[in-house]
Amino acid sequence: MSWLDIGPVDQIPLRGARVVKTRVGCVALFRTAVDEVFATSDRCPHKGGPLSEGIVHGRAVTCPLHNWVFSLETGQAQGADEGSIDTYAVRVEGGKILLDTSRFEAVAAA
Amino acid sequence: MSKKLVVIGAGMASGRMLETLFDADPAAYDVTLFNTEPRGNYNRLMLSPVLSGEKTYAEIVTHDDDWYAQHNVTCRFGERVVHIDRDRKVVVGENGEVPYDKLVLGMGSTPFMIPLPGHDLDGVIPYRDLEDTERMMGLGAKTGSKAVVIGGGLLGLEAAAGMAAQGVDVTVVHIMGHLMERQLDPAAGYLLRKALVDKGITVMCNANSKEILGQDGKVRALLLDDGTELPCDLLVMAVGIRPATALGEAAGLATGRGIHVDDQMVTSDADILALGECVEHNGAVFGLVAPLYDQAKVLAQTLLGQEATFVNKEVSTKLKVTGCDLFSAGDFAEGDDREDIVFRDPARGVYKRLILKDNRIIGAVMYGDTADGAWFYGMIKDGTDVSDMRDTLIFGPAYQGGAALDPMAAVAALPDEAEICGCNGVSKIDIVTAIQGGATTLGDIRATTKASASCGTCTGLVEQLMGTTLGDDFVIPTDQAICGCTDLTHEALRRLIKSQELKSQEAVWQELGWQTLNGCHTCRPAVNYYLLADWPLEYADDPQSRFVNERRHANIQKDGTYSVVPRMWGGITTPDELRAIADAADKYNVPTVKVTGGQRIDLLGVKREDLPAIWFDLNQAGMVSGHAYSKGLRTVKTCVGTDHCRFGTQDSTGLGIKLEKELWGSWTPHKLKLAVSGCPRNCAEATCKDIGVICVDSGYEISVGGAAGMEVKETELLCKVATEAEAMEVICAFTQLYREQAKYLDRIYKWVAKVGLEWCKEQVVDDLENRRALADRFEVSQSVYRTDPWAEQARPEPAKQFTPIADLTLEAAE
Ligand code: SRM
Ligand SMILES: Cc1cc2nc3c(=O)[nH]c(=O)nc-3n(C[C@H](O)[C@H](O)[C@H](O)COP(=O)(O)OP(=O)(O)OC[C@H]3O[C@@H](n4cnc5c(N)ncnc54)[C@H](O)[C@@H]3O)c2cc1C
Ligand code: SF4
Ligand code: FES
Repeated sequence: MSWLDIGPVDQIPLRGARVVKTRVGCVALFRTAVDEVFATSDRCPHKGGPLSEGIVHGRAVTCPLHNWVFSLETGQAQGADEGSIDTYAVRVEGGKILLDTSRFEAVAAA
Repeated sequence: MSKKLVVIGAGMASGRMLETLFDADPAAYDVTLFNTEPRGNYNRLMLSPVLSGEKTYAEIVTHDDDWYAQHNVTCRFGERVVHIDRDRKVVVGENGEVPYDKLVLGMGSTPFMIPLPGHDLDGVIPYRDLEDTERMMGLGAKTGSKAVVIGGGLLGLEAAAGMAAQGVDVTVVHIMGHLMERQLDPAAGYLLRKALVDKGITVMCNANSKEILGQDGKVRALLLDDGTELPCDLLVMAVGIRPATALGEAAGLATGRGIHVDDQMVTSDADILALGECVEHNGAVFGLVAPLYDQAKVLAQTLLGQEATFVNKEVSTKLKVTGCDLFSAGDFAEGDDREDIVFRDPARGVYKRLILKDNRIIGAVMYGDTADGAWFYGMIKDGTDVSDMRDTLIFGPAYQGGAALDPMAAVAALPDEAEICGCNGVSKIDIVTAIQGGATTLGDIRATTKASASCGTCTGLVEQLMGTTLGDDFVIPTDQAICGCTDLTHEALRRLIKSQELKSQEAVWQELGWQTLNGCHTCRPAVNYYLLADWPLEYADDPQSRFVNERRHANIQKDGTYSVVPRMWGGITTPDELRAIADAADKYNVPTVKVTGGQRIDLLGVKREDLPAIWFDLNQAGMVSGHAYSKGLRTVKTCVGTDHCRFGTQDSTGLGIKLEKELWGSWTPHKLKLAVSGCPRNCAEATCKDIGVICVDSGYEISVGGAAGMEVKETELLCKVATEAEAMEVICAFTQLYREQAKYLDRIYKWVAKVGLEWCKEQVVDDLENRRALADRFEVSQSVYRTDPWAEQARPEPAKQFTPIADLTLEAAE
């Protein structure tokens, strides 16, 4: 693991999201109502909708383009839709968001 | 001869330790006990009942003089230890030295005082000991006293409730969005707040303290960031604690956040042990008493040379405020593969939530009914696999072991006296009797028993009862529920928000028994709309409950870019505006500039990051958001009218501009489009708009319910009025009626089809008083919403939300 300090968690609104630009594309950081943070790929597997712009409810997000719903924990599409998004390890310590960047670096090095 | 044991601090932890020690071997040590407080061990947790008057100090003393005498403890109460000399193995108190063979540190912690200007004024106190408690109780003796408590955590709320019970006027100032945010989720926080408000306590969340104001060296008021002044005679700060490490640190013991101890409670010096809130064990520090009792046992055993190991377990929290039953335990922090089980019983004010991971409960929050807290807590600690009881788990131990419940069978099995309608106290037998007496519809039941006639949340139960009693004669109606989060229809939801005066999302989730934590993408935007439409001054619009377009104030495109449409009032523009639009298009590399079907210009393909900047530029040229993205007023199309047209009868352009300036910014159930044509030739296509005006010689024909989208419909005449002013008032009143009554995402034509045009006429045409009242309510709402969201979002702080939080592509390249 390679934890990188992304910044203060209050930079993400509750039930909202921000993106981190990486070598593997945009990663979305979500903050839920109960103040948990999740990191997933920002790209909807359906037609590329920016998931960080979706409505965050419970531990899920709804894609803003055609309403596919994804679990932020497993990355799996919910309900009848099939597909999944990548999830990344992230944690919050002392109010800072720490994102595991090892997977982006591996890609960058390859 | 017994060895010499010195204990620093007569607190909760060291007291328990001494009991264990003496129980096991009364003669092993000769004990000297120091305590800064001028008294021995008492139950600190019980200070709150003392404060509220439910207990006396005498009742909470745990060890009295007899006990110390019996166990031969030399008491040095009221004496602070100032130094530990490890080389000579002596402890230095204010009144002299004592040598030790073994030393135990149990200094607890010190309350953290925010260093606000004025924090050292007289009357600014923490909440930690008997002196603080007595200070607060003294306030209750004087009538009309006021207190402010900073901190909406466990301690702050107990202080607030205790003082309120003494008749003090108390305000709690909390920096976070809901109370006790570390132990409770927003739903439980909502219920707690409600209970405290019912006790007469003022609760201010999201409130930032700025300065403590004083007079003659004494506290006078607390000043908040937003300029609010809260007058007070006493200010209690309950914002956190810091382990009391100073003594240990000065003696050279290893310390971090607390004094380091190992699993045997031994510090970095083999002869010095420590326990309680002053220690740090494996990175953890402590603030609740349960783990401290475990430490006490282990420490006593270590002193006796026995094997023992301290293991830190999950803790649970209860708030000791009468009438606020809450319980929380375990983990709410982030992690993988978690699931929630949520249960709400609005009639009883009950909320329960379990957090599951790998089929094990890892956290529990409960409010209102905490009877099963211990059972859940036990399963959290034991890591019990709950796969077999998942479906009925949330109902507690009483429901385990049975087969899954069929709702009809469950209703049939209810005892006669079971309460069905909490609002009106109607039991099952009352309803069954009414049905046997001839009631066959829900309306009959409401009329005869009042059941389901108030808040309506028991409607489902009443229908099931009718089903079981009437058999096949009764078909349970299946109205379309909003979504899977609730059984309510949009209509019922709107009615309940008004009748129960629900003014926050948390109130809706709880009081109406939502089955999810905070709704979903279907119901949450609807709830947000209903709340802001019904309570424009009390409820603040929640951007996180809006579809992307309304949150970003631009239309998202298929490639994730946005379109920007500035308003052109009534379709009128100027060369300067056009130049500014052209400049913006150049500056931000806008790929497509298009004239819309709504008489204005669309800049398509703007990058998200550029939105605040392009808005700023357009604002500078005097243009504002065109709301081409909103469920709200879109455009008011006009034709040229009397200004230029040889057939024009009235100033249609002028009326269009006036209407647009009146209505812009308003949120409506669905989008709202208007048009004003200057004569019946109708060049502005007014008869296929939501509201259309056709000018004629004698006045204005106002027609409503047109559409030209997925369905094409011609408007129907609402009324004809003589003056422009009347036309404006009718249109505002009709718009408000639509805002107050329609289901979210019903265009006007769909809504009118449901309520009938005749009814609308009665409301806004025939009843002049009602028309005025509706128009007035519209104006109240517009006093909040008639603003430019672009100007708001283009300010530096909100604008940040449009940019990535970090860019790692640059970092990797370096
Ligand atoms: C830009 C514009 C087309 C154009 O280039 O002219 C447009 C573009 C969109 N329309 Fe429209 N409509 C536009 C005028 C119209 C009109 C004509 C009018 O307003 O006079 C209609 C028919 C009149 C009506 O509303 O009844 C129209 C009926 C619709 C509908 C069908 C509504 C219905 O209830 O049947 C939708 C879908 C919806 O809202 O659910 C829609 C939805 C959309 C959306 C927002 C689709 C979406 O959700 O992304 C389009 C956004 C495109 C984009 O990427 O920016 N648009 N749309 C027009 C903007 C007008 C403006 O200045 O604000
Ligand atoms: C009002 C209130 C209500 C609470 N309610 C609950 C609850 O409901 N549940 C729960 O689990 N926890 C509760 N707590 C927290 C709980 O009281 C503490 O976790 C517990 O008291 C800590 O025990 P301790 O022995 O470490 O320290 P303490 O009980 O604070 O004892 C430390 C003692 O050491 C003395 N001391 C410090 N330095 C020196 C020195 N240099 N020389 C001599 N003496 C010194 C202090 O005067 C103090 O008397 C509450 C706390 C308060 C204040
Ligand atoms: S007609 Fe269809 S494709 Fe064209 S702008 Fe409207 S919604 Fe988009
Ligand atoms: S692109 Fe996400 S649902 Fe279509």
